Amino acid sequence: MGKNNYLKLLVMAAIIAVVPLIVSGDYHLSILVFMGINCMVVVGLSLLMGYAGQISLGHAAFFGIGAYSTGILTTQFGLSIYAAFLCGILFSSLVAVIIGIPALRLQGHYLAIATLGIGEIIYIIFNEMVGLTGGPSGLSNIPAFHVGGYPFSHSIQYYYLVWGALLVILWFSLNLIHSRVGRALKAMHGSEVAAGAMGINLSAYKIQIFVLSAIYASIAGSIYAHFVSFIAPNNFAFMNSIMFLMMGVVGGLHNIWGAVMGASLMTFLPEYLRVFKEFDILIYGAILLAILLFMPEGFLEGIPMLYRKYFKRGEA
Amino acid sequence: MTTNPFILDAECLHKAFGGLMAISDLSFKVREGEIKSVIGPNGAGKTTLFNLITGVHPASSGKIHFQGKPINGLKPHVIARLGISRTFQTVELFSQMTVLENVMVGCHPRSRAGLFSSGFRLPHMRKEEKWIRDQSFEILKLGSLLGRADLPAGSLPLGEQKTLEVLRALATGPKLILLDEPAAGLNEVETQKMADLLYSIRDSGVTILLVEHDMSLVMKVSDEILVINYGEKIAEGPPAQIQNDQKVIEAYLGGEALLCLN
Repeated sequence: MGKNNYLKLLVMAAIIAVVPLIVSGDYHLSILVFMGINCMVVVGLSLLMGYAGQISLGHAAFFGIGAYSTGILTTQFGLSIYAAFLCGILFSSLVAVIIGIPALRLQGHYLAIATLGIGEIIYIIFNEMVGLTGGPSGLSNIPAFHVGGYPFSHSIQYYYLVWGALLVILWFSLNLIHSRVGRALKAMHGSEVAAGAMGINLSAYKIQIFVLSAIYASIAGSIYAHFVSFIAPNNFAFMNSIMFLMMGVVGGLHNIWGAVMGASLMTFLPEYLRVFKEFDILIYGAILLAILLFMPEGFLEGIPMLYRKYFKRGEA
Repeated sequence: MTTNPFILDAECLHKAFGGLMAISDLSFKVREGEIKSVIGPNGAGKTTLFNLITGVHPASSGKIHFQGKPINGLKPHVIARLGISRTFQTVELFSQMTVLENVMVGCHPRSRAGLFSSGFRLPHMRKEEKWIRDQSFEILKLGSLLGRADLPAGSLPLGEQKTLEVLRALATGPKLILLDEPAAGLNEVETQKMADLLYSIRDSGVTILLVEHDMSLVMKVSDEILVINYGEKIAEGPPAQIQNDQKVIEAYLGGEALLCLN
């Protein structure tokens, strides 16, 4: 995947190790946990949208399937957490395949509308299958995650779990991008006819990458469920899908690192804008608007680009 | 199976877009190892013919056999894997990717690593990756694009983009390569280079089916020429015969022009 990316992963691992020495308190640590969870989903979206060029407006549904799978299986069927995790992954893959085969035949706006509709259907299912999901009032008492019988009692444990898992996901994704498969995805994004003429099986790759992004979302959802111990359909509604998408767009979807940066910023920002009281939404909106207007490629690539434009004019 | 001298055999091809007959009752064969050109006025159906052979559009009726096997109705990527590769009239490079990466994508049909082995970088995937890279550099050498390997494909001048498209098609390891106007927009020097590239491709044992408007190039490199107009075959034969064919001259100059000449 290139030495550059290995270096970035190492730096990231170092930051993950150091941050808990500086940040303490349950509140701040839990924001970091949510940050990692969001990163996981958005990295999947980045592979799907930024690299393979397929849009999804319903990814909160897969996040929800992961969360409800472990939630229901551990509370109502007494399954172990690990088995429940695995079932969640298998179940979201299955749903992704069933949905993906017809939906990924569509392109552009049509695919967007189809995924939006699917997200909505799954949201309704969460609401209506009261017997299993608890309906609108939610599912509570989801047990804490545990390793070898020792339950996680503090946010710091979840922090390491989430960011450790994210490191593995990033390593896998970066490997993928710098491989035959990654090149095929980028080729498909560039020109579908030419990619087909190069022997690339377009529909097979679209499904595979859709399933992979669903698996990432599902893992994130499972961790989320065990962390907050209470889930309700509202956590997985349409606005959440849009939020994930927004995180990616702000950071830059066609770059995995952009997805990580975007998800981090957008999780962090609303929490710390609270000091502005009732103005927080206004300021949040203004920041978003500024990023989208001036850095349509996302801020990871946009900031250096703006810097070159305004401060190094003479040298060009 | 007896040895079949024809690598491609098209029988009674028809293709209609709505009421418009783009190709009608077209039959022809391509001999293995030759350079065969398809010429005809604009809108004669040359590109449509390429799209039928490569599976981009299904034929309305008729049969296409490649190496004795029927390929009608197969998807483009399956046909590519069987050994038919192509370039496009309007350059269809992956312009955001580098020159090297474009050729590496071309190696797709000759490699196998999937999602799982790529994500975990399993040993056989790394070995294959190295092979793809070496192979791609070799192919870039053929078209003297080695020095451009790390540039974005979209940043190359047109002549080099056209060459790169041919190289990318070659990377798939084809037995038959369809070239759609590889010399369009090229100057004389570049056209000569393209001709040399065509010869070296043919000499490596790959059959070429060529669509081209540059008549001097066509007459020079072709072993045989197929002339179509309004989707129908009007002549077929070696260059010398085509140049003197009454119907061909008529199609190119128009019936009236011919009357004036007489």
